[in-house]
Amino acid sequence: MKIEVDHHSGLPGVFVRVDGKVRINARQLHYRELNNMIKGAAAEGAEEIVVDNVYGQRYIGSGIRRAVNITVHGVPGNDLGAFMDGPRITVDRNAQDGVGNTMNSGVIVVHGRAGDIVAMGMRGGRIFIREGVGYRAAIHMKEYRKFRPVLVIGGETQDFLGEYMAGGLVIVLGLGKKGKASFAARHIGTGMHGGLIFMRGMVEEHQLGKEAAAVQASDEDKELIRPFVEEYAGYFGGDPREIMRSGFLKLFAKSHRPFGGLYAY
Amino acid sequence: MKSYILPQYLVERDDYRCIRCEVCVRQCAFDVHWYDEEEDAVFADESKCVGCLRCATLCPTNALVVRHNPTEHPPNANWTRDVLQNIYKQAETGGVLLTGMGCDRDYPIYWDRIVLDASQVTNPSIDPLREPMELRTYLGAKPDALQVEGKGKKVSLRTRITPQLRLETPIMFSAISYGAISFNACESLARAAAEMGTYYNTGEGGLHRDLYKYGDHTICQVASGRFGVHADYLEVAAALEIKIGQGAKPGIGGHLPGEKVSAEISRTRMIPKGTDALSPAPHHDIYSIEDLAQLIYALKEATHWKKPVSVKIAAVHNSAAIASGMVRAGADIIALDGIRGGTGAAPTMIRDNVGIPIELALAAVDDRLRQEGIRNRASIVVAGGIRSSADVIKAIALGADAVYIGTAALVAMGCHVCQKCYTGKCNWGIATQDPYLSKRLNPEVGARRLVNLLTAWSHEIMEMLGGMGINAVESLRGNRLRLRGVGLSQEELDILGIKHAGA
Amino acid sequence: MLRSAFCRDDKDFSACSIFGMMNMRGEKFDGGPVITAIANMKERSNGLGGGFAAYGIYPQYADLYCFQLMYDDEGAKEETEEFLKGSFSVEGAEVIPTRPCEGVDDPPLLWRYFLQPRENLACEVADVDDFVVRAVMHINVRIDGAFVFSSGKNMGVFKGVGFPEDIGRFFRLEEYEGYIWVAHGRFPTNTQGWWGGAHPFNILDWSVVHNGEISSYGINRRYLEMFGYICTLHTDTEVIAYAVDLLVRRHGLSVEDMARVLAAPLWTEIDRMPERERELHVALRQTYGSLLLNGPFSVIISNRGQMIGLTDRIRLRPLVAGRNGDFMYISSEEAPMHLVDDTLRETWIPQGGAPIVAELEESTRKEEEEGAKVLSLRGPDSA
Ligand code: SF4
Ligand code: SF4
Repeated sequence: MKIEVDHHSGLPGVFVRVDGKVRINARQLHYRELNNMIKGAAAEGAEEIVVDNVYGQRYIGSGIRRAVNITVHGVPGNDLGAFMDGPRITVDRNAQDGVGNTMNSGVIVVHGRAGDIVAMGMRGGRIFIREGVGYRAAIHMKEYRKFRPVLVIGGETQDFLGEYMAGGLVIVLGLGKKGKASFAARHIGTGMHGGLIFMRGMVEEHQLGKEAAAVQASDEDKELIRPFVEEYAGYFGGDPREIMRSGFLKLFAKSHRPFGGLYAY
Repeated sequence: MKSYILPQYLVERDDYRCIRCEVCVRQCAFDVHWYDEEEDAVFADESKCVGCLRCATLCPTNALVVRHNPTEHPPNANWTRDVLQNIYKQAETGGVLLTGMGCDRDYPIYWDRIVLDASQVTNPSIDPLREPMELRTYLGAKPDALQVEGKGKKVSLRTRITPQLRLETPIMFSAISYGAISFNACESLARAAAEMGTYYNTGEGGLHRDLYKYGDHTICQVASGRFGVHADYLEVAAALEIKIGQGAKPGIGGHLPGEKVSAEISRTRMIPKGTDALSPAPHHDIYSIEDLAQLIYALKEATHWKKPVSVKIAAVHNSAAIASGMVRAGADIIALDGIRGGTGAAPTMIRDNVGIPIELALAAVDDRLRQEGIRNRASIVVAGGIRSSADVIKAIALGADAVYIGTAALVAMGCHVCQKCYTGKCNWGIATQDPYLSKRLNPEVGARRLVNLLTAWSHEIMEMLGGMGINAVESLRGNRLRLRGVGLSQEELDILGIKHAGA
Repeated sequence: MLRSAFCRDDKDFSACSIFGMMNMRGEKFDGGPVITAIANMKERSNGLGGGFAAYGIYPQYADLYCFQLMYDDEGAKEETEEFLKGSFSVEGAEVIPTRPCEGVDDPPLLWRYFLQPRENLACEVADVDDFVVRAVMHINVRIDGAFVFSSGKNMGVFKGVGFPEDIGRFFRLEEYEGYIWVAHGRFPTNTQGWWGGAHPFNILDWSVVHNGEISSYGINRRYLEMFGYICTLHTDTEVIAYAVDLLVRRHGLSVEDMARVLAAPLWTEIDRMPERERELHVALRQTYGSLLLNGPFSVIISNRGQMIGLTDRIRLRPLVAGRNGDFMYISSEEAPMHLVDDTLRETWIPQGGAPIVAELEESTRKEEEEGAKVLSLRGPDSA
């Protein structure tokens, strides 16, 4: 059997510019070459950058400090939008680990799934993942003054969601999860000491880290997340009113100083 | 005869601070302090002071300073103060020198010559406060291999695992008998063990009926005197321990003087009130290894094969070979007690000169059992000089499954290691049967202090494990690569099976 | 030899990329795609080691043990061949074909042998596989300058110092056809590379490629030593291969139970299980606690019938799986799977500690096994 791997569809790195729009073929480009092209286009004032044939190139969107639209066709590599400050990235397939790592502002929209540590240490901006995410999403997400990061996950999440979470808002819609069945994730909110997590569906006590508590979200609470659910539906479809009709759990930190009594004298 | 012995301690009272409350007078069972009404002053007979610091600790105005008598003997590296004082003592009494607690000589403490590893970069350290961190430990014989039947959801075990002790933290309380310590001290240990999901050990003095309710957290000892050993005692225990020897006094027996055999102790030990309770040096049914096997299986049979059987020995030169024999004789747990192990009473010369440091014994035993491929068949528990969580974790990395703490547990309850346990006058209410003294230790408070100690140590162990990138204690057990020696000879390193720091 | 220079009591550690690809119907394909995939994760390795394992590549010798060896010099080769002749009938011996390749320097002498254990000798050992393991241990420990890096049937390991794609070209892997291909790119942190230290690590049919560091290495190794495994390589990966051999081949545990040992569920989870399941899990942890692989890892373990992906119990290292028809993929990253298979849609991230198992279809498997069995020598126990 012969498996054909197409290495050569189109010449790599060719720019096509049409009024503020730039198209880059990432095929066979090393991430540094690719990111230099993206950064260069952004610096020259491009409004739209479309990158085709992305296969695992890292750090796309990092180091750009203005609101440019970057569309990724393919599977971007780790640390998509790491330290990002401004751009809006759209990915048409799955993303890998570290989406929005320590991101400051901007928007990332993934039309698929994301890997581990989505929104790790994220301080501002918004991330929308159509499907599920891997381990440790929103780990150490934090907020500071006007910065309040938001992560919306359409599907399921794996273990350690919101670990060490110190601020920000995480919304897990659990779409595609059958009926009212519980989420499967364990150790949710372990070490959590700030921020809020909303989960559509059930979570049992033992699935929570000992620093997190859960209550049924009130109508007032739900108002807080409505705009983001609407934004989610705007990207991926679905009826936000329908989604909002279901029960949500609100998870929060039991204390801002969970380890106060740990030390002797 | 005029005594030539200098007071060991000086008791200095700041008369300006002293408010004549007489707390010290009431607190000191050694009758050091007295109040002179005529002079309206408190005085001290320092020759009787044992340095337990009870008076200084309780004095409301901190008027008391108790310190080691600084009077110096003529300088001499051989004829030191201790040596001379001991000779005076013996010349005056003709008696064997007696002492309490563990060896206080400065043999190398290997724990302090071993340092631990931590992860950097290649392997993340784990934050134990938030991430799971498992200290649960099972003691008992493990099979070499498991047989499992069936497939998928229908799998079940074919191999039967022999009975195990489940510890939520790998620290247990050493054998200390009721008699050596007060009932309140025993109760404190029992309650703390139950609360922490671990075990305490009755020692050889039987089990008071009021403590039967803690049976699930009790290891009942069977020693040469067989005090209080009867069907109920065996039945109620979580595990049984045959005591062959003890680190503080390898090779010799014990002696609880008749005056301590109160009504309660008499009932518990099942001996007449006021008689001496003598523990022979050997078990008179164990003169050889096959006899040990016979007793092990007798105990298993008597308890329907439902309890693990531990065998405790003092760490001596050929512990490794002995341990191998013990495993082959059917012991589920090998308890090793090192030269620094404590006691209520032991001849000073034996306590200070017989036996070997626990670190070396542990390393040798673990190695030997592995070489023979029988390490699975028994757990190793070490005792004798475990002072901190760092000692615990180093012991585990050297190969121990768990540790016993004795002295540290007593210290948690208030003991100040004055080494006068054998006098029965423990001012801290621990090593005494005098109701006036023993009520000083409220079991509620004693248990709380012990629970706090184990909680704190467990946290520290988790921190250190986390630092090494390990989240289950079994991954450190015997993992000597995570240890390094500092300032040790090649010979010592070889025995410990570790490398020198920097290597 | 180079090995002795870096041979310490300790282990070396490395971070890595791993990739595995299997056709579950046993249809074979060449080494091209797997080279492309592993090259795509170049960021995860540093050129100090790369390697491949391929199954089904020696159909003409399917029933013979294939020992692939690296030698420092002719002397080591002579000594080894002498030893092999004593224990086996050597049905084939040849140089492993290579081509000069930039980035691959100073290769050792590379030879392969197709071997049939001598009946009279093998029968003294209870199991013929054990006999082969002993022979491998003997060469690796006793013969200076010789190292067996592959010892299974109808499979081979190809590895060395360099980036994996260069190693792949060096070994001309596009000329081999197999139904399982596993690859590894290495990022060692503290050793100059040694050819034998690259992944995959192999014993009999088991190959392991591994990413991460095992904090429990010290005790894993000491435990395995009790069962006669001598760790010569000082890599975590070696202990994983031996652990798998011990648990699955010698103790007869299922792949699932093996995973429950290597990446045991937490006690809090075990405590919540229904009784029978709990009993099993408790017993597994009690018995095999010393084989728990603690610390971050993801591995691909393969044999002639299976390709298994596994991560540590709290998934500190990444692993993604994909399936497209008869093809199964396991990878450190998602992108390379799509790069080699543009129609791949079904991909997922496994739970920590839960194995991904790709199995050869029953019928194919039988053929594969029977082919081997007819001629294979059986020890008295398994006869
Ligand atoms: S024996 Fe203790 S209580 Fe008595 S004087 Fe000395 S230190 Fe104070
Ligand atoms: S138990 Fe009492 S007598 Fe014994 S050393 Fe401690 S304080 Fe002194």
